[in-house]
Amino acid sequence: MPRISQAWSAVAAVLLASCYATSANAYTAYVTNEKDNSLSVIDTDKLEVIKTVKIGQRPRGIVMSKDGKWIIVCTSDDNDVKVYDAKTLEFVKTLPSGPDPELLTLHPDGKRLYIANEDDNLVTVVDIETSKVLTEIPVGVEPEGMGMSPDGKVLVNTSETTNMAHFIDTQNHKTFDNVLVDSRPRVAMFNSAQTQLWVSSEVGGTVAVINPADRKIITKINFEIPGVEKEAIQPVGIRITKDDKIAFVALGPANRVAVVDTSTFKVLKYILVGQRVWQMYFTPDGKLLFTTNGASNDVSVIDVASQKAIKSIKVGRYPWGVVVSPN
Amino acid sequence: MAFPSILPTERSRISGWRAACGALLLALAFTRPAVAEEASPSPAPIPIPSTQPASVNVQILYVKENVSKELPLSLLDQPNPDDGIAGAKLGIADNNTTGRFLNQTFKMDVLEGDIDELIKGATEKLASGDNFIIADVAPDSLLKLADALKDKPAQIFNVGNPDDSVREENCRANVMHTAPTRTMIADALAQYLVWKKWPNWLLVVGPSPKDQLLADAYRRAAKKFGAKIVEERQFKIDTGNRRADGGFEQIQQQIPQFMQGAKDHDIVMVVDEDQVFADYFPYRTWVPRPIAGSAGLVATSWHPALELWGGTQFQNRFKKLTGRIMRPIDYDAWVATRAIGEAASRKQTSDFKTLRDFMHSPNFEVAAFKGVATNFRAWNGQLREPLIVSTPKQLVSVSPQPGFLHQFSVLDTLGLDKPETKCKAYTQ
Repeated sequence: MPRISQAWSAVAAVLLASCYATSANAYTAYVTNEKDNSLSVIDTDKLEVIKTVKIGQRPRGIVMSKDGKWIIVCTSDDNDVKVYDAKTLEFVKTLPSGPDPELLTLHPDGKRLYIANEDDNLVTVVDIETSKVLTEIPVGVEPEGMGMSPDGKVLVNTSETTNMAHFIDTQNHKTFDNVLVDSRPRVAMFNSAQTQLWVSSEVGGTVAVINPADRKIITKINFEIPGVEKEAIQPVGIRITKDDKIAFVALGPANRVAVVDTSTFKVLKYILVGQRVWQMYFTPDGKLLFTTNGASNDVSVIDVASQKAIKSIKVGRYPWGVVVSPN
Repeated sequence: MAFPSILPTERSRISGWRAACGALLLALAFTRPAVAEEASPSPAPIPIPSTQPASVNVQILYVKENVSKELPLSLLDQPNPDDGIAGAKLGIADNNTTGRFLNQTFKMDVLEGDIDELIKGATEKLASGDNFIIADVAPDSLLKLADALKDKPAQIFNVGNPDDSVREENCRANVMHTAPTRTMIADALAQYLVWKKWPNWLLVVGPSPKDQLLADAYRRAAKKFGAKIVEERQFKIDTGNRRADGGFEQIQQQIPQFMQGAKDHDIVMVVDEDQVFADYFPYRTWVPRPIAGSAGLVATSWHPALELWGGTQFQNRFKKLTGRIMRPIDYDAWVATRAIGEAASRKQTSDFKTLRDFMHSPNFEVAAFKGVATNFRAWNGQLREPLIVSTPKQLVSVSPQPGFLHQFSVLDTLGLDKPETKCKAYTQ
């Protein structure tokens, strides 16, 4: 019986795989091109750019609304956040933000948008439906990374010159703890279980893994790549697989993405991608990871299962942020 | 078998294969538990406490020596009364923003005067807790100040002068330096010119003793990186007061004449530390050649148009605070205050010895909008940093240049390196 079951599974797997291959789930990836004031739209099935549209000035951070209808982009040099229709790519409206918005994150309630204002030492909270500023939260110098806890109760903001991860209670919008990390923290990312918060330090060259329960640093991950000078290893983007087992860390001008085991914190592998890799995003099925490579004007596609870069896609100049549609 | 509605044309293309797939899926659903996507673990709650760290107060003193100098040529380069001080003020503001979350406050006193007044004032302020002193003073005055505060709990940061000797044979154990040295500046520019394959330099050297020292640095850089000084000329023309109604008519005659008959060269390296004549050179040479050194292409610790590595926000904060653009000395003073703030936030204390020792240690680093961490050289307390190579309006490059290697840190390809140092005070 077990043998039959195994054989059946194998056959089923092959057949299922071919089913998926013929009716693949194509998502759409959106990439902001900082220097081109444009957005590249990628079909994740064909892995090619299907459209490029001009958007506001210096587009950087990008998220999607919970229902997948809107893409929301920080247009930093316009000092606002712009909303576009995800299907038609038509401009919908402008959301208020403080000056020079850079990164943003949406609360699981789908309404509250948290925006880091690099110029003003503030995190601005905006209701995306009413377009009203709900509140402003003072944080450290040059706020950047925005990590929302999966239960929506805690927001972590990193400040690049203060070198802290600020823990913010999303009920009263007050900071309740601040954790010092290495120089120039760029990105904060919770795992799904909320047992780890990963914070990348670009200039420090490390990733701190913090226990959200007591805000103590569990470990600091260092990266060493033969033939790459230490100064070039600058961790920025972080993505953790849905099952919390593997973390991907983008290493900037080292042109590599590190694959890290989240239980041993060992680096398993370095995947060579384009130049100055910063932000990353998974497809909703968790199979592919897209990386923005600013200095080589392309996006690398990583196959998550095999941990290999399978394609690079030419986009606009200085691609910065990336998001993939939920459907 | 119920399918979602499909247009007739599409349906014709979808053969029995699709139906088989559906059947297979259905069969799987009956024989095995549903093969759902791997579920995410459910989130553990995060407790929210309220704690306050112990309060820490750090005091800094800024001393600025009154000196009478010839004014620079361009109206754009005229000194501001708060040059340097403004950068330190921004550093204090940045430290206090950070300090808000750590219950730390930073305070700065400013003293201006001649060196004796500054020493007297610094000694008094030191007694009331100003342990960190940022000094914009001449090299001799720096040594006087350092010696007066010797054996006292004082750490001086030199932001005012590029003199190599105060980091070398005349170095003092209680002085660190955030201003780049002449040798660092010359090396940064030389690396770029060598990378550019413009190795033949015509050196035009001004008459001041500072110009002689800077010329030495360029001669040393040429030798170090394989450039060649094809000819040297001493610039002794008295060009007169910087401002007169008129003047260009004569300069337009003087400079080409001075440059006549030179050996073949790629660039003209004008050596004029106080910028009293160098800006007369661009577009006035005998043969058309670019100018570098003290005009044209220059190497510097900061440029008011630098926007790399988050520099935009830094420039904006400075402008908001002061209403003007940031100059290199403002940057050098900002780095000094941020170094102190960084040490205090890492060590969570204002204890002088702890902070001083940490800033001197190899583990110390401070992010200073240079893309890489900066820290202090262990053998003489000089800030280890990349330098900007720029035109008056825009960044051209950042040195060290690619291909110039170093056993420990490529940043040590700029300026006098450990094996060459003459500094003894740091090793005692």
